[in-house]
Amino acid sequence: MTTSPTPPSTTAPASSAAALAATTAKAGKRPAVRTWSDLRSETATRRSAIPEGLWLRCPGCSQMIYRRQMEANLHCCPECQHHYRLSASERVKQLTDPNTFEPMWQGLRPTDPLKFRDLKPYPERLAAEAVKSGVNEGCLAGTGFIKGRPVMLACLDLSFMLGSMGSVVGEIITRAIEHATAENLPLVIVSCSGGARMQESGLSLMQMAKTSAALARYDEAGGLFISVLTDPTTGGVTASFAMLGDIIFAEPKALIGFAGPRVIQQTIRQELPDGFQRSEYLLTAGIVDRVVARPQLRTEIARVIDYAGK
Amino acid sequence: MPAYYKMEFEKPLDELDQQIEAAESQLKAVTARAENPEARESLSDENVLLLQGQIDRLRDQREGLLASLYQKLGPWETVRVARHPKRPQTRDYIELITKDFCELHGDRRFGDDPAMVTGFARIGKQRVLVVGHQKGRTTQEKIACHFGCAHPEGYRKALLKMQLAEKYHLPIVTFVDTPGAYPGIGAEQRGQAEAIAVNLREMSRLKTPIVSIVIGEGGSGGALGIAVADRVAMMQFAWYSVISPEGCAAILWKEANEQTNSAAAAALRLTAKDNLELGIIDAIIPEPVGGSHRDQTGAAKNLEAWVLSALEELKGLSGDDLIAHRYARFRKLGQFAEV
Repeated sequence: MTTSPTPPSTTAPASSAAALAATTAKAGKRPAVRTWSDLRSETATRRSAIPEGLWLRCPGCSQMIYRRQMEANLHCCPECQHHYRLSASERVKQLTDPNTFEPMWQGLRPTDPLKFRDLKPYPERLAAEAVKSGVNEGCLAGTGFIKGRPVMLACLDLSFMLGSMGSVVGEIITRAIEHATAENLPLVIVSCSGGARMQESGLSLMQMAKTSAALARYDEAGGLFISVLTDPTTGGVTASFAMLGDIIFAEPKALIGFAGPRVIQQTIRQELPDGFQRSEYLLTAGIVDRVVARPQLRTEIARVIDYAGK
Repeated sequence: MPAYYKMEFEKPLDELDQQIEAAESQLKAVTARAENPEARESLSDENVLLLQGQIDRLRDQREGLLASLYQKLGPWETVRVARHPKRPQTRDYIELITKDFCELHGDRRFGDDPAMVTGFARIGKQRVLVVGHQKGRTTQEKIACHFGCAHPEGYRKALLKMQLAEKYHLPIVTFVDTPGAYPGIGAEQRGQAEAIAVNLREMSRLKTPIVSIVIGEGGSGGALGIAVADRVAMMQFAWYSVISPEGCAAILWKEANEQTNSAAAAALRLTAKDNLELGIIDAIIPEPVGGSHRDQTGAAKNLEAWVLSALEELKGLSGDDLIAHRYARFRKLGQFAEV
């Protein structure tokens, strides 16, 4: 190899493989011109979905906060406890005892059964999302321990197509429920999602029925399902497994609902009440059991398992 | 056809209708003159025959055109037909195919949602529980029914009555016809998502046969909330999808207009044929030539035949077998790769 300066990406994502090949083909010359979007996607692989910068302004209290400090504080603002959104892997890391999580069904990949094409074909969108988020789908599931209690854990991932539920997410959730049923494990699902995935249309819709039916069997078997709702949980995910928890926790100030606020506003043409569709509002409406701040989440889950788990 | 609901693709049909009308009035004028003896000589029998022949030809032409138009209906056009104001709704089918409908109201918790109709009825000799979305026919009805968008109390009412049916081993027949569950403040407050989710879970374990028919619009979770069934069918020109074409266009195409709606409708694969191919439904119920809105009785007859045959198929199965098969039916839905 000559002194060809390849782009400084550590893990070569699928879509830039072609660009890399083009670069090496013209070995000795300057590498192919990289555009701004290339640079953006390269930086995105290094740090998923989190804006760059050492300091950031908290959307909760408008204070300038030090990123490291925020991250050390479970991704909550050290000043006002504003809960930042988490990737599934970060969530798993926060919830489970160190080195106990064993991921499952990592090989499931989305396909394009409908040949869906909007402004961008679905396969292209999937590839771009995979590069951007560093994961292959919007759900991470596996077994692990929470404060020494064995659990089946599944976490949705906002960074991949807004955590939307297509065939893969539906299948992983269903397998997680079935595994929990077979192994007699408490089930914890942490939800954050824009809803059912449009690009798989009717098949996405059917995942709602599929996951809910699996939960019926889990329920028959006497399983304990703790559903944790985080910002945002809407649409088809809320209207299926997320609302079927035996116990439902919500993180503070999370947006949780069936229809999005904008759709509601367009339908009824009036101002929405303050705090509408937020966790605290749902608590008073009688829809969630407890609003649990992130630092207490592990303790609260363990506590409920001790009361209700088998 | 009501002037307020024009379907673009029927334009050639309207033109033919105008020609037929013109020819008919001409014929009328000619025969009227025939009564008048003074004008007699200006009129020959041939003239009348010629006109009559022309009208017959136009009528034949119209019939052929109607059939061919509806044979090659596009997805967006199908959505337009599915929303036709004269299309039969749940209460029409109840009227047309059931006897002795005994309506049951209310969810015993909050209220009675007129957008969800439930009650005992007989189809042929079969006693069943009927559940269905109702859109409403008059403006007043439409407003009361929120244009077929049910509230949480509607879904809870449906479940309450379905559990009643299970208790007495009555098969359940559901008619799906909704643009989606209602998005509003009260609906969210009373747990719209929870109501639908609970229906999905509970319907999957009801130990009685369930058959569902998407008769018009099958809009997302609001439709599925009464459609977790052993057999699911769609009327030929109904649609069933995760989101309405307008909603999808607004999000993915950034704006909803005639063109993007049409593109979204095609992308969503929402027609009966598409849903059958994807394994989401089990059968397509044919509609009369030119759609159910032209012949409600014909549509009802086809629907009744399918319901009876589906119920016959499920007759021998025990409650446990039913829910095992129902689970398997939904469990296999979804397409993915495994590496």
